[in-house]
Amino acid sequence: MQNHPVYTDNDPQSELSTLNLGPTHPATHGVFQNVLQLDGERIVSGVSTIGYIHRAFEKIAEHRPFYQITPLTDRLNYCSSPINNMGWHMTVEKLLNIQTPKRVDYLRVIVMELARIADHIICNGVLGVDTGAFTGFLYMMEHREAIYEIYEEVCGSRLTTNIGRIGGFERNFNSRAFDKLRAFLKNFPKTLKEFESLFNRNRIFVDRTRDVAAVSAETALSYSWTGPLLRAAGVDYDVRAMNPYSSYEDFDFEVPVGDNGDVYSRFLVRNEEMWQSLRIIEQALAKLDKEPSDIFHADVPEFYLPPKEEVYNNMEALIYHFKIVMGEIPTPTTEVYHSVEGANGELGFYLVNDGGRSPYRLHFRRPSFINYQMYAPMSRGMLLSDAIINMSSLNVIAGELDA
Amino acid sequence: MAKIPNEQLIKAIADKFDTSVTVIGEPYELLTVETGRETIIDLLSFLKTDPELKFTFLTDITGIHYPEQEKPIGIIYHLHSLTTNTRIRIKVFLEGTDVHIPTATVLWDGANWMERETYDFFGVIFDGHPDLRRILNVDDMTAFPMRKEFPLEDPNRVDKKDFYFGR
Repeated sequence: MQNHPVYTDNDPQSELSTLNLGPTHPATHGVFQNVLQLDGERIVSGVSTIGYIHRAFEKIAEHRPFYQITPLTDRLNYCSSPINNMGWHMTVEKLLNIQTPKRVDYLRVIVMELARIADHIICNGVLGVDTGAFTGFLYMMEHREAIYEIYEEVCGSRLTTNIGRIGGFERNFNSRAFDKLRAFLKNFPKTLKEFESLFNRNRIFVDRTRDVAAVSAETALSYSWTGPLLRAAGVDYDVRAMNPYSSYEDFDFEVPVGDNGDVYSRFLVRNEEMWQSLRIIEQALAKLDKEPSDIFHADVPEFYLPPKEEVYNNMEALIYHFKIVMGEIPTPTTEVYHSVEGANGELGFYLVNDGGRSPYRLHFRRPSFINYQMYAPMSRGMLLSDAIINMSSLNVIAGELDA
Repeated sequence: MAKIPNEQLIKAIADKFDTSVTVIGEPYELLTVETGRETIIDLLSFLKTDPELKFTFLTDITGIHYPEQEKPIGIIYHLHSLTTNTRIRIKVFLEGTDVHIPTATVLWDGANWMERETYDFFGVIFDGHPDLRRILNVDDMTAFPMRKEFPLEDPNRVDKKDFYFGR
């Protein structure tokens, strides 16, 4: 047995009270538990307990072929599953030295940026709800629905998407997907602008968020923070800009940074990232016009599962299908680390391969897990209501936290 | 600044640590070195504070288990130099009966939960860690589930016997 932290205050003279915030609580947007010692409304100390939805993905992944690990990655950050899916495909492609065509890269960029917008919509919308403004959330959610409809056209599912395959996509984007994408690009900026004018200079909102949970760049780096949280503290580290993957080097976009890492800076950084994502999607659409419209996967028959009608009618496709499913294609014995800019930060995949059909070891560097560990230390001395807002703006997704 | 070439990195480490740090490869251009637990903190703090290398960012700590090896338990550190955009991977292997290694929380606060996770899944004891408890699994678990001898499914289950599936 391990030594448990002392939850209760046994000193009869003490006036501190113990509060169990969670495991499930409407204010925590997921299954987290924080045991807080309170002096009135001020937090004296806190202990975070996580792991309530731990599903042993790393263990399961050691027993699954590469192409069956994609659905596991869906369930990490389920607010932006496509980024996880693409990150995993790109890790395997890096392992196997597969070059994807430009059109695949651009399509992936579109899907990933849509996912980033969907994730930031939730985070910033909910931040508004937690400060008492429900309206913005409802207006923004309409557009998350529009994004999910685009996913639906691309892959058939909405939340846990399983988009794409190793080497590209399972099918080409249909015309409805592009129509819906154009409609989204037309409608969303208006709402985002409205959303910003509702909050950015709103006296109540600014008073609630400005200078709350401010984090210096040094502290953020020491805690290995990444993503919007680190950028809000003033460090311009973005994997898309620093180690471009999926042809991000072809796009013109800015990496917004904040000043003092408080909740308000994080809010502004996320809003600006949505504008930048829209910019990237528009550029990607323009670039797609110059690419041959029938290419949606790389020419790697030994790793890309062929379509079913091919399997039934074409001997070569049948052979490849059999070889892929039975895991008879040799893979290099090596290790690879690949990271993508997830909605919450650097999402890394560390894959150790022994030449078999499934990884010898797969580790997910999950930004939520690493970002959340500062929550209890940083809550010390904070008001309970500020700690709630701080949790919203950390955007901890329970699935990514617990893997 | 541009990426530090791996040769320069190898030389900087060799100048300082002589033979106690060995290069074990450069898969996908990511320099991978191995060291023992005696030098790991010295190596990490050298990489972090050296004015030219500046590996100030701890990307990840994780573990790995090779049951057939003489030293079966591995701890893997990924560092990132944000100013030069260079990454490095460091491995330390430990014997199965003596899984102690000094903690990296003295250098990075963020190492705290990464080491707790590695302890939770591989049973590595990080000496000097401020709060080495299980983090994702239940507290009263006795096994270290990411070790290879731990089965994926509970062997005591009766509803998934092979003969029900004709195997």
